[in-house]
Amino acid sequence: MNAVTASLSRILAVFMKELIQMRRDRMTFAMMLAIPVLQLVLFGYAINTDPKDLPTAVHVEERTPIVRSLLTALETSGYYDLVFETDDPRESAALLARGEVSFVVSIPAGFTEDLVRGERPQFLIEADASDPSASSNAVARAEEIVNRALRHDLKGALAHLAPSAGPVEVVVHARYNPEAITQYNIVPGLLGVILTMTLVMITGIAMTREAERGTMENLLAMPARPLEVMIGKIAPYIGVGAVQTTIILLAARYLFDVPFAGALWLLLCGVVLFLVANLALGFTFSTIAKSQMQAMQLTFFFFLPSILLSGFMFPYRGMPAWAQVIGEALPLTHFLRIVRGVMLKGAGYADMQGAFLAIGLFILAVGTIAMLRYKRTLD
Amino acid sequence: MTARPDLAIDVRGLVKRFDDKTAVDGVDIQMPRGQVWGFLGPNGSGKTTTIRMICGLLRPSAGEGRCLGFDILKESARIKLATGYMTQKSSFWGDLTIRENLEFVARLYQMPRLRRRVDETLETLGLSHRQHQLAGALSGGWKQRLALAAVTMHEPKLLLLDEPTAGVDPQARRDFWDEIHRLSAAGLTVLVSTHYMDEAERCDRIVYLAHGRLVTEGPVAEIIAGSGLVTFRARGAGVRDLAERLRGAPGVEHAAYFGAALHVSGPERSALEQAIDGIGRDGAVWEEVEPSLEDVFITLMARSGGDQRDHG
Repeated sequence: MNAVTASLSRILAVFMKELIQMRRDRMTFAMMLAIPVLQLVLFGYAINTDPKDLPTAVHVEERTPIVRSLLTALETSGYYDLVFETDDPRESAALLARGEVSFVVSIPAGFTEDLVRGERPQFLIEADASDPSASSNAVARAEEIVNRALRHDLKGALAHLAPSAGPVEVVVHARYNPEAITQYNIVPGLLGVILTMTLVMITGIAMTREAERGTMENLLAMPARPLEVMIGKIAPYIGVGAVQTTIILLAARYLFDVPFAGALWLLLCGVVLFLVANLALGFTFSTIAKSQMQAMQLTFFFFLPSILLSGFMFPYRGMPAWAQVIGEALPLTHFLRIVRGVMLKGAGYADMQGAFLAIGLFILAVGTIAMLRYKRTLD
Repeated sequence: MTARPDLAIDVRGLVKRFDDKTAVDGVDIQMPRGQVWGFLGPNGSGKTTTIRMICGLLRPSAGEGRCLGFDILKESARIKLATGYMTQKSSFWGDLTIRENLEFVARLYQMPRLRRRVDETLETLGLSHRQHQLAGALSGGWKQRLALAAVTMHEPKLLLLDEPTAGVDPQARRDFWDEIHRLSAAGLTVLVSTHYMDEAERCDRIVYLAHGRLVTEGPVAEIIAGSGLVTFRARGAGVRDLAERLRGAPGVEHAAYFGAALHVSGPERSALEQAIDGIGRDGAVWEEVEPSLEDVFITLMARSGGDQRDHG
């Protein structure tokens, strides 16, 4: 038997052992399948960066047809849900402070009279800006909503008061996701987040378990070489990643109607590369961690910046330069570019070359560390 | 160094340093093939580290040697194929069944006729009817037998056993040793570390380590004779509180209970008798006895200090 087949059969031995152990650890096995589903449902349905129907209190000191049509316009815009009406400004301020409403719309007495006289009365919207992303769209649309409503009412003798169009008509096209549907952004991103979380953690734990239970010494005392053990142990989890990817892509298609503009094979190449990167990282963690608990902690130490700095949660371009540098070092950042690029923009390999290369470099670096450290585990 | 084909283990000047701690400090072992040797010494004296260096799992900081004729520095892969190493608290995979554990080992060694080999091993072990039980559910004694079967399945020439019977009940320990002698009779060389004196007495030779150094080595009878120890034994109702009074008396190197009897040992008969007379002979029957191996080792341990685990 030559060296290659000998090596392959040892890898196969470790692989089969790992499969059996995986099947027997029902809790972890269930988690690997449940996590993608659960997170998809939670994040896919729960996260919305363009929230509508925000509770709004109205503080009106007069009721005229024009005021009424303004309020109706706010309500029909979909952003404002007028839940409360009062003529006491202290009451509306308290509602805002307690967070029971996101906005207070104030229309002072004499608003209509001032409007008719052409004195441009103030239409005040106070927004709870403690969560700026929650209110920003509603605020941005407010002026447009008000002016459009007035255009309807200011006719005939009042027509000269109608807001005149500016010298330039501003047209905004929101490309790739014209309706700004959050899920188009979140669901493909979740693919990367879920793979990162489950795979780094599970490989980290699976390897540390050998050390913790004292079976690592058995493995090393037998003829298996470090690289063979590593490949044999990691391979089953590539299968797990494949199952998770399938679940998420099916959900993206049939549950969330996310478009798929690019080539599936290109995305799958990206997924495989990304899987290997995460598994290699999990393996590296296991060579550092002394217990399964520590492997878990290391995973979270890595997972948090991955979520926060990769562009999954917050816009990448909004981060300061130093944070972008950290983001560039995370494989998730590059994977998000690939998955969003391929699915939403229909990007080809040429567009994604940089991202592929970056993940490849990550694998090379982390894999080297893993091999160096793994050889020394007993020393 | 020249290879000596008659030696299973031939190492010289083995040193292992972890950071600034020296775990093993210049150990020489020349062990002929076909024997059973006992490896003794307090916890942390360097037994496990020495065994790991012999089978190529650890690289010595200094020294050289051969194991089964293979260079321990350069040929660790070949050493692993020809040795069976049962680690301390050796647990095979508890979430695999007995059969799956054996099959895994057989695959790693690429044994031909895998299923038959595993069947045969299960048969010899007497575990055929329990082969589908998880290994984790086995009792301590059976776990050790499984581990022994797993490390001998590839028919190694040398067996290295690191405290194989720790925490195993007396009957299972006896069975385990019967198995070791059966393997030895079949030509296997066995180096086994242990804390049990009855086990040490079943070995052809004994190597005693303390603080990473080889303190004494030889057959049991020679080690006892070479110790120059004189031992008195006291029996009777009044011996319970005698040890405290004898410890530290001039000429008394150790005073320890062996079951209900008290053993007092020292290098000189007259000094020892004087010490015993000093506390009075009432309430106990004194007689001089042959020092046991345990008397010798308690003395050796007392001379070199007890538990030496300090390198984590």
